[in-house]
Amino acid sequence: MDLRFSTLSELRTALDAGMVSAQELAQDYLDALEADRLGVALALDPDRTQEQARAAQRRIDTEPAEGRSPLVGLPILHKDVIVTEGWPTTAGSKILQNYRSPFDAELVARLAGQGMVCLGKSNCDEFAMGSANLHSAYGVCRNPWDPTRIPGGSSGGSAAAVAAGLAPAATGTDTGGSIRQPAAMCGITGIKPSYGRISRWGLVAYASSLDQAGPMARSAADCAWLLTAMAGHDPKDSTSLDLPQEDFGRLLTEPVTPAASPSQPLKGLRLGLPGQYFGPGLSESVRGAVEAALSVLRGLGAECLEVDLPRTELSIPAYYVIAPAEASSNLSRFDGVRYGHRSAHAQDLQALYRNSRAEGFGPEVRRRILVGTFVLSHGYYDAYYLQAQKVRRLIAQDFQAAFAQCDLIVGPVSPSLAWPIEASQRINDPLADYLADIYTLSASLAGLPGLSMPCGFGQPHSGGPDLPVGLQLIGPQFDEARLLGVAHRFQQATDWHRRCPPAPGSAGLSFTSEQVVASPSKGAH
Amino acid sequence: MAWELVIGLETHVQLRTASKMFSPASTAFGAAPNTQAHPIDLALPGVLPTPNKAAIEAAIRFGLAVQGQIAPRSVFARKNYFYPDLPKGYQISQFEIPVVSGGQLAIVLQDGTQGDILLTRAHLEEDAGKSIHEGLADFPQGSSGIDLNRAGTPLLEIVTEPVMRSAAEAVAYAKALHGLVTWIGICDGNLQEGSFRVDANVSVRPVGSQTLGTRCEIKNLNSFRFLERAIQVEAARQVELIESGGTVRQETRLFDPERDETRSMRSKEDAHDYRYFPDPDLPPLVITQEQIDRVAASMPALPGEIRARLMADYGLSAYDAATVTSSQPSYQYLAAGLSALASLQGGVTSDRVKALVNWIMGELASALNREDSPIEASRVSAAALVGLVLRVEDGTISHKIAREVFGLLWEGSFPTADAAIEAKGLRQIQDTGAIQAFVTEVLAANPKMVDEYRAGKEKALNALVGQVMKRSAGKANPQSVTDLLKAQILG
Repeated sequence: MDLRFSTLSELRTALDAGMVSAQELAQDYLDALEADRLGVALALDPDRTQEQARAAQRRIDTEPAEGRSPLVGLPILHKDVIVTEGWPTTAGSKILQNYRSPFDAELVARLAGQGMVCLGKSNCDEFAMGSANLHSAYGVCRNPWDPTRIPGGSSGGSAAAVAAGLAPAATGTDTGGSIRQPAAMCGITGIKPSYGRISRWGLVAYASSLDQAGPMARSAADCAWLLTAMAGHDPKDSTSLDLPQEDFGRLLTEPVTPAASPSQPLKGLRLGLPGQYFGPGLSESVRGAVEAALSVLRGLGAECLEVDLPRTELSIPAYYVIAPAEASSNLSRFDGVRYGHRSAHAQDLQALYRNSRAEGFGPEVRRRILVGTFVLSHGYYDAYYLQAQKVRRLIAQDFQAAFAQCDLIVGPVSPSLAWPIEASQRINDPLADYLADIYTLSASLAGLPGLSMPCGFGQPHSGGPDLPVGLQLIGPQFDEARLLGVAHRFQQATDWHRRCPPAPGSAGLSFTSEQVVASPSKGAH
Repeated sequence: MAWELVIGLETHVQLRTASKMFSPASTAFGAAPNTQAHPIDLALPGVLPTPNKAAIEAAIRFGLAVQGQIAPRSVFARKNYFYPDLPKGYQISQFEIPVVSGGQLAIVLQDGTQGDILLTRAHLEEDAGKSIHEGLADFPQGSSGIDLNRAGTPLLEIVTEPVMRSAAEAVAYAKALHGLVTWIGICDGNLQEGSFRVDANVSVRPVGSQTLGTRCEIKNLNSFRFLERAIQVEAARQVELIESGGTVRQETRLFDPERDETRSMRSKEDAHDYRYFPDPDLPPLVITQEQIDRVAASMPALPGEIRARLMADYGLSAYDAATVTSSQPSYQYLAAGLSALASLQGGVTSDRVKALVNWIMGELASALNREDSPIEASRVSAAALVGLVLRVEDGTISHKIAREVFGLLWEGSFPTADAAIEAKGLRQIQDTGAIQAFVTEVLAANPKMVDEYRAGKEKALNALVGQVMKRSAGKANPQSVTDLLKAQILG
């Protein structure tokens, strides 16, 4: 039986029916992760995973199904910027090599409390800084649809693992698009909730005012289960929203709009299309899939109208001032004094700081620390940091104005398909990478929920297999349930989310890491 | 040239809370190193700060006590710099919008001069840990240790305007502030343990000048004596420097009490760029009027109010009233005395209160000073002191004998003044016959003095009184002695 591409609800059925045990399920994924050549996982501990699986199976065997969490016994992979007591947490950085947290992140504890079985930790860009997973100190991660290409980032390992059937679900974090963009590039579903929905306790901080964790899975329905378990007020996080517990899956069954009917489940839903998300920067292969998806949504009864998000372009400079500013301060704690990498070549305190940090941080992290330090410096603060904060408020106002006209905003996630690893490493153009974040940064800056789901495939003009394209839904603050309800209706009408990449070693694409590195590729973005 | 001294003080008041400013770790002093360091204090990856409600309430108490403005919305900011005892690489403080703005604190100098010291602000922040460079016997030579027990301890930094003009004023302010923060219960006031640390900004300028001179900041003065001395020697240094043609450099200096001098610690050029920015982990600190009202309802009567009442009701001088209300224990001592008086015949009178206060500020204060004890540890209770005051008042003993009785009470030999007077036979001799005998003796022995007095030298009479007192072992009533002497000489 191949359960590896099943949704969480299918696995739930299999577990409850006794078709498979939690241990067997966990082992199946562990075996797949052990054999993985994509580089999705950083830390596995089969004994510990099995320990959790046994405990979960006991709950399945002893607790009545009624009232038991739907997540008991389901495996999950955690992004490595989320601390775990049982598995090392490196944040993809050499500076935290072998670091073990004495506590679990709040969201990890909540999912474990629901009986989820941790498979291990997933690869990611160092400290979640990157959009290609090329900035991990522990090696690149590859896109299962074309292993010569990036999986997106920074939650690249999580996205690739789910897409490749190496985990049925994973957690990610999204500061400027790090859940949505890799979900799009790998063809899975992911949601970045409203800022404050999920406790940040235990997230290795990148940019505190933007960081938000979220689920990545095979369907909107799966994400709804996970989000319901992960979200909720946490007094340990002062920025966590103090709102009543919510069932984020309620609009999977209840009507999304008052006018909804069985044939027109999205009737009365007003979808706003910002002109700025469909400009000349959008690649044709992505545009094609997105427009086809819009037709599907119209077919389901949704009404599409144009909205204006005039400051979309400014989200890039605003984000790349605010996020590095916060990062420069957040990462000061990695100083070689108490834990983490300490330089062996330090004669005095200054050298200890300089060398430990220079040896421990990768180039992209160093770049952002430098930028952040600069924009906070005396004499530059007003011109950069304060100005960026003003722009941030204006961007939030633009969304408010748009949501006066429409219920949700819809558009692409990324302007391009997953790009080739080799070309990206060769060209090394950070600015080009930053510009590719254009459709995801605004929602982060405004603290709004954003969902990414597969909506088709595009043909890379540099050749190679067709690659997944993601559709982004952005909602008003706290409107996650509607985003998931709409995505679910779309997924009921389409099967993009059920497509599987060719399995390595099977009839599909076969590759080895040597071949992948040597394979020729041309810039696609 | 005449120089004017300009002083502003910044005081770090450690708040008396059970747990730290942003973590649940204990703030108790003296535990083994690093046993009171929560993952938040260690700045482990993934931790977040949660503000301590008790610390916020303490800030509100202070704001109310100094009539400052309590910000309905203040902002925690990060002050970024690297140091091994600063685990996060930044200190959470308040920068642009502090929790308390303005306010004032009344001071009274010994000569009776009164004034209000204007406050700039008071803000909440967390303390750093401690670097330990000595006593690390188990480690290689040259090792430094880090103790993070103190890291994250809540502080209220209270900043004055540069309004003080002498070391004496600065000390009076520091003492008044110390009295107030302990009075309202937000600080334990322990100077040795660093619960109350003063930084002094000192500059000098020619008398009459309106512009401020370049200032130097003297860090971490943890006693009133050091504060006074540091200001004096620093001011002298600056004046000498300017008068010999030099200029004062803005810098941070340390006071070395051993060598009685201040020393440069770092100059302005080495000053950090702290890159302050609002802490994104902490939403603005919102304080509602209801919260302020709740705290206000729990405030004790403040020393200023009590001081005014003591002056109005009993005619105490401003300085005396300020001294006896300088701390809760000091005022509690007086209050115990007042209630002892109230239960006695004649009750609380202005004369009695003044006499009691004189004893508290005189004999009692020196006895406490000698033993370096706080007033709450006084070996003479307020009730016993009142007993002593009454015996002077009713003439049972002279003031001179009363001091002897105080000494007996202090030694603990007797529970009350009456017991001491009886046992030691110190009661004044009221029997004129007995005194008359001494007078006759003294007059016979000092004919020369008698002549002098007759010639108009008043001083001679005093000497004769002294002789009689001596013969009576101090127990004769001095007034009776004087009367009898006069009567016999002039008689």
